[in-house]
Amino acid sequence: MRMGTQLCFCGKLPWRKGFVAAALVVVFLVFSGSRANALPAFARKYGLRCSACHESWPMLNYFGQKFKDNGYQLMNDRDAPIWQNPGYWPVTFRITPIWHRVSTGKALIDTYGLVRGVSTVIATTQQRLETSGFDLSGLDFHTGGTLEKNISFYVLPSSDPTAAFHFETVMGRLDNLFGSPWINIKFGRFELDNLLSEKRILTLTANGGIYQLYHFAPVGDGNLMGAIGQNQLGAELMGHSYNDRTRYSAALVSSSVGNVNLVTSANAYTGFFTASQAFDTGKLGVDRIGGYLMIGEDATYYRTVTTTTGTSLIPGSGIGNKSFHREGLIGQFYFGQHIDLQVVTQHGWDNVWLGQGYGNAINPSNGAPGATSLPNNTPGTTLTAGSQAPTWNGVLLEPHYVYSPQLIFVGRYETIRMSRQADGPGYAGTNPLGIAGASPSNLGNVSTFTVGYRYNPFMTSRAGFAWHNEYNWLHVDGAAPDGTALNKSELLIGFDFDF
Amino acid sequence: MRMKQEYFFSAILSFVLAAGFASARAQEAPDVGPHPPEPEKTMESHIGNLTGHSDNAKTDYRRYCAGCHGELGDGNGENAVWLDPKPRDFTMAIFKCRSTLTGTLPTDEDLFNTIGRGLTNSNMPIWNTFTRQQRADLVAYIKTFSPRWEKEKSGDPIKIPAEPPVTIGSISHGKALFTKLECWKCHGPQGKGDGPSAGTLTDSKDNPIRPYNFAAGKDDSRFKCGSTNQDIYKIFMTGVDGTPMPSFADVIQPNDAWDLVHFLRTLQVNRHGKENDVLRAAGGRIPTYVEKQAEAPASQLENKAAGGGN
Repeated sequence: MRMGTQLCFCGKLPWRKGFVAAALVVVFLVFSGSRANALPAFARKYGLRCSACHESWPMLNYFGQKFKDNGYQLMNDRDAPIWQNPGYWPVTFRITPIWHRVSTGKALIDTYGLVRGVSTVIATTQQRLETSGFDLSGLDFHTGGTLEKNISFYVLPSSDPTAAFHFETVMGRLDNLFGSPWINIKFGRFELDNLLSEKRILTLTANGGIYQLYHFAPVGDGNLMGAIGQNQLGAELMGHSYNDRTRYSAALVSSSVGNVNLVTSANAYTGFFTASQAFDTGKLGVDRIGGYLMIGEDATYYRTVTTTTGTSLIPGSGIGNKSFHREGLIGQFYFGQHIDLQVVTQHGWDNVWLGQGYGNAINPSNGAPGATSLPNNTPGTTLTAGSQAPTWNGVLLEPHYVYSPQLIFVGRYETIRMSRQADGPGYAGTNPLGIAGASPSNLGNVSTFTVGYRYNPFMTSRAGFAWHNEYNWLHVDGAAPDGTALNKSELLIGFDFDF
Repeated sequence: MRMKQEYFFSAILSFVLAAGFASARAQEAPDVGPHPPEPEKTMESHIGNLTGHSDNAKTDYRRYCAGCHGELGDGNGENAVWLDPKPRDFTMAIFKCRSTLTGTLPTDEDLFNTIGRGLTNSNMPIWNTFTRQQRADLVAYIKTFSPRWEKEKSGDPIKIPAEPPVTIGSISHGKALFTKLECWKCHGPQGKGDGPSAGTLTDSKDNPIRPYNFAAGKDDSRFKCGSTNQDIYKIFMTGVDGTPMPSFADVIQPNDAWDLVHFLRTLQVNRHGKENDVLRAAGGRIPTYVEKQAEAPASQLENKAAGGGN
């Protein structure tokens, strides 16, 4: 069932009232604060307001990107730690206490009734599920800086919603090798060189707090390695001109989705390449255009061992590599001091085997929560007639209105459209919806928009603090329990601070 | 109806929390200075065919500059207390890096270049990420802080003659000037910034200041006001206003100044440059400059020295 119109903007009157209330809040916030700024670890080191490096924290502006590209250095001969007060500790923690409300358009919910006096499930039907309450979206400890001039590091232990910690980023950097800004090397677990960084996203909801384009996979697809938003394990060569107008990067990462111990494939690698050029457009600002290409392989056959307790897959034994690629353009367009538009496009392609669900048998829960098995391309396996390589196209548009360094309004629209399903016309098997034959052409299509604002009531170089309001709406074709479209909305209000 | 109530509740909650927060902050927030005043007079800057307007730079100044230089341009931003050297006080309109004679206002282009170049060994970053227009606008904005810009004109840029060839003779003469002009008193005999007066120096606001350490320089080293030989020439001919570094324009002839530049480069012992190449070719020792030779043109002296195989 399609629930888009039911998703609550039920009628004009409440929406208008809500809008007026929201407008009042915004007006109040705009005129109640006095000043803004600040961001901890690096800001404390250099004495710069956080607004110097961030369009709005945590999103980098051009100067912040240059600082990062220089290996977290201003290049003013004060970067080495010898210049720091011995009491300086390059650590920042970030925490986000929130109140949020989630409305899922279609969820399977049991209905109970009394059968012979006993409470009994009498039906399981699709219904709207709404939850709300105070919550904590996570806790991050950022520590990074220079060990010596041109040698830097970054470590980010991060907690997930269950408060379990994992290392999101662990990397070392060697910069300006041979005295050239064109040769910089990064190694460890790091975010791929996405100019529009998902790790620095300005939104916080579950679906609006990620870029869908960075994690998309067709329904039933077994390839998880193509998520450009996922931090990866590998090495990256990056270079840039002195003023960072021109920049490139080439990363080689293991096809392991960033997981340690190489439990996935034995010898599969993925390359991620970017290049971009910025232009001085006078009064408009510095605009940048560029492109990226991700091309890699993913194992489809995990060798097995059979014992008295059964047959199990051997970690790290993946072979039968099949390829995939993602490519797209990126644009960062500024229209004066207050308005900018970030654009990312993507065309994706997965090998037909990946499209048919092979590729992650060793770690099925990564692909499908609750799944117990995914297909393994053991010798002799053949594809179902009608199988084909899935392809898709997507675009992400994110405009910002920067009222001041203290207040930013964020909008985003993303859409991803399948251009070819893995099981096309004449498909002789059962599609991911459990129906014989080809998948609907729109299965897995995604549309989502997010609006919100972040207000920093103060800004110094000592701490960062944002009052955050956000609304996200997500629509996925074929994702409802009955195979129809699923709509989901989220409202989030909270604080986002770091020190 | 239920959805309507939840959205209404969301809005009310948002408002209440914001109000509570703003109220608490009003009582407890530290005073980090007033908002920037509206400039009484707008200013312009002219860099080539580019015209900067102060009105356009207010947001950029607040975003990038005010934390150190202060909303009032007085060098008292909230971070100033932590910085060494201290941020420039724009209300005094005294600037280190100029192409104009000491005591005069710099040209707009001087300020424009300083913003894009940054100041090494300080917390002033290299703001070459700005557009040229942004930099021009910021130059105009900086000029709103001092009435000097309304009353005085910028000085005329000094003329820098063409650089003569580097020879062991010019280096030798430069060394003699280094001694005669007592540069060593602050910069030290080896240019390490450890001269006998080094520990006593203060800037125009009585903040301690250190002389430049030439010996720490490497291939990518920069001076406060540039990195080329022309920049070094300009530095000691115009002086670094606001610091104890005076102008030597009245006591050094242009060619002599170039000799001093050549010698100063040899103090950067880890730098690969033509001056150190010449010095190495001469056996690594700078010959003693003979005073009577000073009467002859520098170029002749240099040729003699080079040919003499010192």
